[in-house]
Amino acid sequence: MFKTMMRRAGKCAVVATAGLMMMSAQAAEPIKIGSFLSITGPASFLGDPEVKTLEMYVEKINEEGGVLGRQLELIHYDDVGNASSARNFASRLIRSDNVDIIVGGSTTGATMAAVPLIQQAEIPFISLAGAVVITTPVKKWVFKTPQSDRMAAERILADMKDRGITRIGLISGTGGFGSSGRTQTLEVAEKMGMEVVADVTYSGSDTDMTAQLTNIKNTKGVEAVLNFGFGQGPAIVTRNYDQLGMELPFYQSHGVASDSFLELAGSAAEGLRLPASPLLVPDSLPDDDPQKEVVQNYKAEYEARWDSKVSTFGAYAYDGLMLAVRAIEEAGSTDPEAVREALENIKGYVGVTGEFNMSPDDHNGLDPESFRILEVQNGEWKLID
Amino acid sequence: MLAEFLQYLFTGITIGATYALIALGFTLIYNASHVINFAQGEFLMIGGMATVSLTAMGVPMIIAIVLAIILAGVLGIALQRFAIAPAKQADVVTLIIITIGASIFIRGIAQVVWGKEYHVMQNFSSDEPIWVFGAVLNSQSLWVLGVGAVVVVALVLFFTKTLTGKAILATSMNKEAARLVGVRTQMVLMLAFLVSALLGSVAGIVVAPITFTSYDIGIILGLKGFVAAAIGGLGSGVGAVVGGLALGIVEAMAAGYISSDYKDAVAFSMILLVLFFMPRGLFGPKVVERV
Repeated sequence: MFKTMMRRAGKCAVVATAGLMMMSAQAAEPIKIGSFLSITGPASFLGDPEVKTLEMYVEKINEEGGVLGRQLELIHYDDVGNASSARNFASRLIRSDNVDIIVGGSTTGATMAAVPLIQQAEIPFISLAGAVVITTPVKKWVFKTPQSDRMAAERILADMKDRGITRIGLISGTGGFGSSGRTQTLEVAEKMGMEVVADVTYSGSDTDMTAQLTNIKNTKGVEAVLNFGFGQGPAIVTRNYDQLGMELPFYQSHGVASDSFLELAGSAAEGLRLPASPLLVPDSLPDDDPQKEVVQNYKAEYEARWDSKVSTFGAYAYDGLMLAVRAIEEAGSTDPEAVREALENIKGYVGVTGEFNMSPDDHNGLDPESFRILEVQNGEWKLID
Repeated sequence: MLAEFLQYLFTGITIGATYALIALGFTLIYNASHVINFAQGEFLMIGGMATVSLTAMGVPMIIAIVLAIILAGVLGIALQRFAIAPAKQADVVTLIIITIGASIFIRGIAQVVWGKEYHVMQNFSSDEPIWVFGAVLNSQSLWVLGVGAVVVVALVLFFTKTLTGKAILATSMNKEAARLVGVRTQMVLMLAFLVSALLGSVAGIVVAPITFTSYDIGIILGLKGFVAAAIGGLGSGVGAVVGGLALGIVEAMAAGYISSDYKDAVAFSMILLVLFFMPRGLFGPKVVERV
């Protein structure tokens, strides 16, 4: 009891001194950064590292003196992976919290639910979700940091083509991520002259995908299998794939590019390939890679602070926050139109996810090459390309 | 052809056996109290998660499993003692709502204690799958089926051969009369919660190596188990087993032969059909309302 009181008193003292030191800065209103994330619920593996990243870097930026001499204030809500609460929280951020910019939206569903409100309120919004619909067609106020699923499909199919594969079996989740990935894969395959000969789906709560995989296995002419989905589903697919003794080259999407996937899928993941952020293999990057330093720093800082493994999803939040800060700095104010314009013209920002080159008709700014193709070898990620 | 059919059948039976075990838990409590215990899925989660975390702490698997089952049992009794019993004469609907509240509570605690990630449990025996006429059978599936069968036989013996079992049956048939002949019905109720918690945790443990486990695994599996119990006719033990297997097999066949998109739709249309033509389910008791 006494101990906690002492600790509290200590904290108060620290806060008070920090406050005194920043008297001048505090004279100005803080810059409010709003966020709605799926911190709990089925998409918590996205929202959890994202909120941790935002908290940590807002703190760090504030310690270093803030942005434009003003402190940052992070206001975040947990949408539990539910699109309608995401919309409610977006409305709260705009109407009652009066935030200057929104960095959030862990899932495509949550993002798209909030987009109409944000477009109407005319506030810059950087989404952390993947689907291509978020920035295609371009929406004036909406930006995003992850590569789109279309780029992932392009990257995967290009790698398949290099290996001489033209006929693929596709198994995808029925959630927003999986179904959008499926659509993109079908389109890209057609463009690249490849054929999707089997096309099956599973729902996010399924606990066994043997039936669907048997279907693919019995389809004639399948040369490789691609699984588009996120969450525990792809790990189950991977295990079932192994149990069924399927030997064809197996690809996963960037949706499962994390170490926890390796843990869940175990030895069944051996030999599979996926497109991923360089964050998974920071030390294998060549020294002249511009991203190497950013990636290594983010990984080291995150892991030191939270004592848990860094994830690609947290990196989306890192890039989102840094893009927002850079845009506000360049705009010289928090005037929404000026910030939006600055965001749209960011060139050559080297982030953890890739190098961003925004333009009025590209509110994502990444190219497919920012994905690296990794292969699982001996239970670890190995950089292939 | 045959291989394909067998593959779907294996998948269906495995998951169906799990549904059946959960459905049996629903049935037990429903019989003893007419309450549908929506915290049933949480017993399943506790079983899986406790085993995983205990083995991670270095406890041998067998002991971890026993401890997890005991933990679930204690939780079952606690649920009855501290949530259901104080509400005494409340409506059945009120009690059902209490169980929903309890399930959210348990899930919340589990999330704080164990975190939100999915966890892996090792197969009980080898990881090598078994090949039967060109179809693959996960060795863990045999465990699920075997344990399921043992549990069902044990339950049958319990209800037909032991006095306690008979007391539960008597209470389910007529609470007033049972009390008049000296059955302590509160005790029986507690026992029903204990046994169904044990059932749930066993289901959760044997199925965890196949499905993975996480703090919220109980929601969907619990719901499917309830559906299975409803198909079989709430309150019927045979119904719970048949309902569970039927649901699992129909799901797997639909996913394989029709389209995985319609898998759940097919399963749920089946419930509609069954309940439409047999409102009390496949094996539901024929109840005559006394006027």
